[in-house]
Amino acid sequence: MRKALLMAAITAAATCNLTPAIAETKVAETELEAIELQLETLKKEHETRIQVLEARLLKTKEDSTGQSNFNPAISLILDGRYASFDNNPEEYELPGFALGGEAGLGENGFSVGHTELIMSTNVDDKFFGQMTVAIAEHEGSTEVELEEAFIQTLGLGHGLTIKAGRFFSEIGYLNNQHAHSWNFIDAPLIYRGLFGNQLIDDGVQLTYVVPIDLFLQIGTEASSGSRFPAGGTTNDVGAWTVFADIGGDLGIEHSWQFGLSHWQANNIEGRESGGHAHGAGGGGEETPSFSGDSKINALDLVYKWAPNGNPKNKHFKLQFEYFSREENGAITMLNSGPPVETSSYDGDQNGWYLQAIYRFKSQWQTGLRVDRLSSNNTGSDSDVLAEAGLDDEGHTPERISVMVEWLPSEFSRIRLQYNRDDSYEEPDNQLFLQYTMSLGSHGAHPF
Amino acid sequence: MFNQKIKKYSVGVLLGLLCANVAQAKIQVFACEPEWAALTLALGGDAVKVYSATTAQQDPHHIQARPSLIAKVRRADLLVCTGAELETGWLPLLLRKSGNSKVQPGQEGHFLAADQVSLLEKPAVLDRSLGDIHASGNPHIHFDPHRILQIARALGNRLITVDPANRQLYQKNLKDFTEQWQQAIARWELSAQSLRGKAIVVSHNNWVYLEQWIGLKRMAVLEPKPGIPPSSTHLSKLLSQLQKNPADIILVASYQNDKSARWLSQKTGVPVAKLAFSPGENQTLFQWFDQIMSQLVNNPS
Repeated sequence: MRKALLMAAITAAATCNLTPAIAETKVAETELEAIELQLETLKKEHETRIQVLEARLLKTKEDSTGQSNFNPAISLILDGRYASFDNNPEEYELPGFALGGEAGLGENGFSVGHTELIMSTNVDDKFFGQMTVAIAEHEGSTEVELEEAFIQTLGLGHGLTIKAGRFFSEIGYLNNQHAHSWNFIDAPLIYRGLFGNQLIDDGVQLTYVVPIDLFLQIGTEASSGSRFPAGGTTNDVGAWTVFADIGGDLGIEHSWQFGLSHWQANNIEGRESGGHAHGAGGGGEETPSFSGDSKINALDLVYKWAPNGNPKNKHFKLQFEYFSREENGAITMLNSGPPVETSSYDGDQNGWYLQAIYRFKSQWQTGLRVDRLSSNNTGSDSDVLAEAGLDDEGHTPERISVMVEWLPSEFSRIRLQYNRDDSYEEPDNQLFLQYTMSLGSHGAHPF
Repeated sequence: MFNQKIKKYSVGVLLGLLCANVAQAKIQVFACEPEWAALTLALGGDAVKVYSATTAQQDPHHIQARPSLIAKVRRADLLVCTGAELETGWLPLLLRKSGNSKVQPGQEGHFLAADQVSLLEKPAVLDRSLGDIHASGNPHIHFDPHRILQIARALGNRLITVDPANRQLYQKNLKDFTEQWQQAIARWELSAQSLRGKAIVVSHNNWVYLEQWIGLKRMAVLEPKPGIPPSSTHLSKLLSQLQKNPADIILVASYQNDKSARWLSQKTGVPVAKLAFSPGENQTLFQWFDQIMSQLVNNPS
């Protein structure tokens, strides 16, 4: 339309009876204008067309990917190992600590560790859900264990988050991380001694992140207390936890986190554990059983360094945790007597570990860990305590571990680890070769 | 008398508090990468306070969910990230830990740049033996200024949704940015004409949008598979390949180890261009693109 008008104008100008020179320049000017206008319209048309095309492309793209996003992220952890122990792993003990949960050393020779299946996703805009199933061999039979099954709020706001179901407690630092993301094949001795490797329970957790520049999180948990190291309590809420974490950065290369936590279970009734030189308590054998109150205080400190804050090719991590547990109550030896052997019990146990991990090349890292425990448990009948494994036998359990890892990608890891284990009187040399592979989607790891 | 003094003081304190409140009323923006921090600042101006979670020296695939980052997400009104699984190793955790409902996926305060544009290299087959690939396509979209413009439009609108009170400011800033950016694109494209068809070797496959935009020809990648560091056998294969068909430039991102690239450069004489993968601190997107273009154009090759 505009073009036609312009053409008409040009023809009009050309046919006008003006001085030829003026007419010519006029014609040239108008022609120029016309071309410019044409160009402008073309450009605009072109741009709108590209925009329409891009919008269409975006739409088709969304249509084609929208479906699969509803499926939960699934990840399968495969773990296999070769272990060599100088001592018989069945005879493992930690004098002063009654072992329970999954506190064993595992088997000599080839074995598969925990095979874990993890599924997680945002349920909707308000909730996140996760489940972890662990499949493991325990004394010849395959056991399926529900390690985690929890939901967590996303949309509560104001820094508040509620978690409910079965989950790893926030006590300490390492406790809420999956074993496959630990830096060593085995748990620190203090985790083994107090929790049977890890504290998991069914309950609810509330956390609040304070709105300041520094990271400050406080939280509490209430749980059933039906699992080790609580176990068979009578109240509705068998155990509870409070914790606080504070952390931040120092410049771009250094970051840190410091945490304090407290766990308590009152009126524990009949917590069973393995006794002196036994595995987990089996039928017929004398099994120590604790009833009473239990309190744990914990302190953790983590420091990380990465050049330019870029941890991929080089980083360093220092980690320290200290735990102490006080218990009051009575120990009874099940299946003993008659008369049933029993003693009052006043437990005092503590321990720490310090570990350093250094990533020296993009696919290699190495680590060193030192463990140390001590205990001072007393009771009315020291023979019963000794039988229950609660006498420290004049020994301070210690362990030194070194490891080196090859990480071909984010999803695979081969680890070689050596422990000089002075858990009990006879020092043990332990050597592990382990692979850990993560198939499928790869969840984010906590700090 | 004394009472009056107190009154005066309290009025002063109140005024001070009000002023502090006004100063704090800025929209808090958590940007995952410096390019989105720069873009948000260009569009938001004085109405926004922007924090960038990473620098050009950090590989955005491999960031740890540090406590300081959780604290920042906790207070954010708007989160501006790349998406397309680039931040999958850390962002979901920050979001879950923050307890901040405003910036969760699906909310107005959750803005992903990759959702606003089409992505290249969407893999037909998802297999980890192909390396660390992104299912939704190559996420390094910020090297295409045309896509940046599309993202800017969407981000400008998002700022208005999140903070309608400053609508006029955002509209004006978007208009100004669009005009200046279009002029800059014309300028960059003119200077990039000399680069068209140049053969490049890249250390990681994160330049695809730049390649497509200015017409560079990627001959080889130093990493045998995405995310897998170059092995010596792979490098010697590349060397013989380059000796037969020489390349013009070897591209390395600022956060990457350039050892293999330097080795190859020494053997072949092909120059290495180590480019800032994101804008530096206080650098605008214009300045950053200018810097990259001049580095590429002035590369002696």
